[in-house]
Amino acid sequence: MISKKKDTAKKIPIGGMITEAGSSARFRTGSWKSKRPVIDESRCIHCMACVQFCPENCILIKNGKRGDIDLDYCKGCGICANQCPVKCIDMIQESKFEEK
Amino acid sequence: MAKARFKEVPFTGAEAAAEAMRQINPDVVPVYPITPQTPIAQKFAQFVADGIVDSEMIRVESEHSAMSAAVGASAAGARAMTATSSAGLALMWEILGVASGSRFPIVMNVVNRALSAPINIHCDHADSMGTRDHSWIQIYCENAQEAYDNCILALKIAESVDLPVMIMQDGFITSHSVQNVRIYEDKAVKKFIGKRKLDKWLLNIDDPVTFGPLQLQDYNFETKYQQEIAMDDAKKAYLKIGKELSSLTGNRYPYIEEYRLKDADAVIIAMSSTAGTTKAVIDMMRKQGIKVGLVKPVLFRPFPYKEIGKALANAKYVAVLDRSFSFGANSPVYGEIMNSLYPLARKPGLQSYVFGIGGRDITEKDIENVFHDMLAGKITDKKKYISLRES
Repeated sequence: MISKKKDTAKKIPIGGMITEAGSSARFRTGSWKSKRPVIDESRCIHCMACVQFCPENCILIKNGKRGDIDLDYCKGCGICANQCPVKCIDMIQESKFEEK
Repeated sequence: MAKARFKEVPFTGAEAAAEAMRQINPDVVPVYPITPQTPIAQKFAQFVADGIVDSEMIRVESEHSAMSAAVGASAAGARAMTATSSAGLALMWEILGVASGSRFPIVMNVVNRALSAPINIHCDHADSMGTRDHSWIQIYCENAQEAYDNCILALKIAESVDLPVMIMQDGFITSHSVQNVRIYEDKAVKKFIGKRKLDKWLLNIDDPVTFGPLQLQDYNFETKYQQEIAMDDAKKAYLKIGKELSSLTGNRYPYIEEYRLKDADAVIIAMSSTAGTTKAVIDMMRKQGIKVGLVKPVLFRPFPYKEIGKALANAKYVAVLDRSFSFGANSPVYGEIMNSLYPLARKPGLQSYVFGIGGRDITEKDIENVFHDMLAGKITDKKKYISLRES
């Protein structure tokens, strides 16, 4: 819940309209995921297939190479793991990370 | 505003609606043909082909697409209008809610026709009554003149409260029969309509907004409540804008039309073309000294409960004629009339009638019989059916 007390029916825009551009950045879709992609850095060939296919654009590029995954927006869909030509991405249960 | 000049022309209800659309000259008209609405789209297509209007007419592949295109156009700031009937309205169902929920002032002419199955092309009100809780303003027209006037009225109401409006006329009975219709001069109508005033719209890169976002437990209730408030506003706007139009046309635009009601012992509630037949019967019976009258609800959403309660305060007997079922429940109009009567200290006898399903004819004699049954005190708590072969 991100609503505020001052956001009454009289004050918010009609029809659910959002008048602030880029406000979806505040909506951390990564909180949904049940599995997290983990990359085996020793086997990654930096082909960028995962970067291209990520529907959330949350696999970053750094210095011309594949960078970190922004887990705030990764929904855990597993498309990156599926597309990886060298199969170096594993989808690991979120609970494994919570335990640590 | 001074009275507008007019010419009286023989028009069907469909032609009258198309004529109003010509004068409004909407930016976008996405439409799909369906009987008995087709002559509206057909006549308007001719206006487009002849270069008489500037409208972009989109020949969509279905009514779902027609309403979707109207939603898109309206979001972009355009004036969008369309027309439909029956199964077409049913196919629009999902997008009707998108239009009203997103607060787009789309105006749609609905030519009432029975819903499938069994398939039937004739008039009853199952189609529009099925959408009565969809946050669209609903106006029911008795004749071609009302179909024309109310289409112009609807556009201005829609844009003043940011809600879509549907204007109903009876399939074939009104849409395909020719009547004399007063068409007011273009200049006066266009001046009355004015331009759509926009605060925010899609594709305005200087002030970007998002339409139709996901909205969950935290905001949805407030947005839906806004629609309810908009309906209250629509009720006020209807009279205010109706008065403005009245100064132009000389016609009146009340919530309900009361016909020879004041001293009436028995009152019929009937909408659309059946109200016209009822008036003829009332005139005939009044000549015989029988005190009968009519209440014709015009505005059905928002519903004028208080005004109807007041209008029926002195009646002894009230018969409500519904042209649709609400299967397993009170028929739509009857239910609303019953709600209107609840606050009254002295309630009239109330009888529900269902008639005209699938276009079954209703005659003057049928209506006269209803009045006689009322005056004889034949009131039951069960639905009665006019011209039904029951057993």
